[in-house]
Amino acid sequence: MQSGAQHVLEDGGAHGSRLVLSGQLVLATITPLERDLGAVAGPVGSVDLAGVEEIDTVGAWVVCRFAREHESAITGASPEAERLLAAMRDIDASGETHPHRLPVWERVPVAVGEKVFGARGGVYGVVAFFGQILIGIGSLVRHPGRFPFKALVHQMELVGVTALPIIGLMSFLIGIVIAQQGSVQLEQFGAEALTVNLVGRITLRELGVLMTAIMVAGRSGSAFAAQLGTMKLTEEIDAMRTIGISPIEVLVIPRIVAATFMMILLGFFAALMAIIGGAVVGQFALGIPFFTFLLRIQEVVPTHDLWVGLIKAPVFGLIVALAGCYHGMQVHGNSEEVGRRTTMAVVSAIFAVIVLDAFFAVFFTEIGWG
Amino acid sequence: MNAHPDDGQPVIVVEGLVNRFGDFAVHDGLDLTVRRGEILGMVGGSGTGKSVLMRSIIGLQSPAKGRIRVLGHNLCGEDAENDLAVRSRWGVLFQGGALFSTLTVGENVEVPIKQFFPDLDPAFRAEIARYKVMLTGLPEDAVQKYPSELSGGMKKRAGLARALALDPELLFLDEPTAGLDPIGAAKFDRLTRELQETLGLTVFLITHDLDTLYEICDRVAVIADKKIIAVGTIPELIATGHPWIEEYFNGPRGRSAHASHLRGQEA
Repeated sequence: MQSGAQHVLEDGGAHGSRLVLSGQLVLATITPLERDLGAVAGPVGSVDLAGVEEIDTVGAWVVCRFAREHESAITGASPEAERLLAAMRDIDASGETHPHRLPVWERVPVAVGEKVFGARGGVYGVVAFFGQILIGIGSLVRHPGRFPFKALVHQMELVGVTALPIIGLMSFLIGIVIAQQGSVQLEQFGAEALTVNLVGRITLRELGVLMTAIMVAGRSGSAFAAQLGTMKLTEEIDAMRTIGISPIEVLVIPRIVAATFMMILLGFFAALMAIIGGAVVGQFALGIPFFTFLLRIQEVVPTHDLWVGLIKAPVFGLIVALAGCYHGMQVHGNSEEVGRRTTMAVVSAIFAVIVLDAFFAVFFTEIGWG
Repeated sequence: MNAHPDDGQPVIVVEGLVNRFGDFAVHDGLDLTVRRGEILGMVGGSGTGKSVLMRSIIGLQSPAKGRIRVLGHNLCGEDAENDLAVRSRWGVLFQGGALFSTLTVGENVEVPIKQFFPDLDPAFRAEIARYKVMLTGLPEDAVQKYPSELSGGMKKRAGLARALALDPELLFLDEPTAGLDPIGAAKFDRLTRELQETLGLTVFLITHDLDTLYEICDRVAVIADKKIIAVGTIPELIATGHPWIEEYFNGPRGRSAHASHLRGQEA
């Protein structure tokens, strides 16, 4: 039955040539015919469809297009084919299906320019978003009854409590690695006792908070962006606005407050777990008893190291939450945008955290907390 | 036009269909036959399983029990590997259009063509997509637009263009006129009827729109009490005297739809 589509071009003399089509003019078999017909040049008097067994819209389309291009009459069409041809006759689909693409030497400068202007727009956007949050905080201060305590507690649980196992495990392992690797190097100076200083100071000052911020950016910052972005797509946020609920107050502020506050606790928790990891290595690899290690920590780590960590933590939490919420609220259009914005939220949060960490390092050394 | 060996045979045969969600049976021993070349309207209260029935027929929901034959293929069990061949012979328009949001309308229509005929020349495929879009009454510039740039009615037409991409014999429409303004809905009804006549389609149509039922449906099936309780033309259904059918067609909306149908016929 799959006989395909055949065509014969007859030279009919005075009436011009005649194209005789037969077989099946359907999507599955049309390709060779379509190619061959494209090669036919010059006027063709008529197209004969009497031998056509089967025709669908694609077949009818090809016949119609051929007849239009070669100014030929269509003869011998069955009633079904005639109906299809009538439906196709008025359609002129000669335009483009795909959006017009510029050549590459124009596309690259255009893309660069768009990025530059996009960056400017991004700065405006972030500043505006920050302003909205300040306004939101202001109105919550004036109307404390409106403060979304339930949402805040819920977000605190999601950002803080449920992150404890993974952050604890990660920090514990980092403590082990620092103590083990550090002791190997310090041993060369006969100074493996300084492993305690190394673990205590680096985790409380730097790594505890930094690793936690990166983890929170991956866990919660991305979740904020995806949640808010999806709510934006499903018009939930618009619905809130029409009811008179401010999405900034109800959605953004609880997330930001929760992340800021929980980062302090998580950062401290992470530092503790890392010290415990170091103490475990001390016990088993360095011959320093577990509790002696902890007592030495108290002696060798200055209190301002703890303050450095505790001051940085809320700032990092704020940045992670701001990036997540900002990118979430910027979503519009389609579901691909949610993924793109989620990625941007995590990347920009981690980048900003590391840049700020460098500034903090210089700042605290300058004020004598080195 | 399409001389298939199973001409004259019913296009969809559902026998003893049982669908369960947990302990709750949506369908219990449901039977339904759809004849070739008809527009069958499917009505029923909300939550009676109209969409579930459609999903079962197109193979998105595997039933707990029962037999479903579509275009002569048994979709449950032994013939399952022929699924793909059958799938190219039907088109589905989902309620919201279900267009792929990251592709333009034209590219959306190209997706099924590319899937089933990967060897087709891309330029020719794009041309096919273009005339399919225009066949559904969309303006030419809609081809390059993304679904998010279209209105609800245009999305439905674009979804219909994608459903028609492979010249199906069978078309499933899930509430095609829901959410359209009355003018748009009437136009969409007319378009469905025209395409059905031109392309020789069989149409399975879920709707709540009484005007659609009166204007374009050859027969109407009523789903209630987990079964199809009646199938027939609207006068035949009303003659059964079932209280739900009575209320449905003789309620204020049913009567006004009937009246406007009669007015339309006189004019």
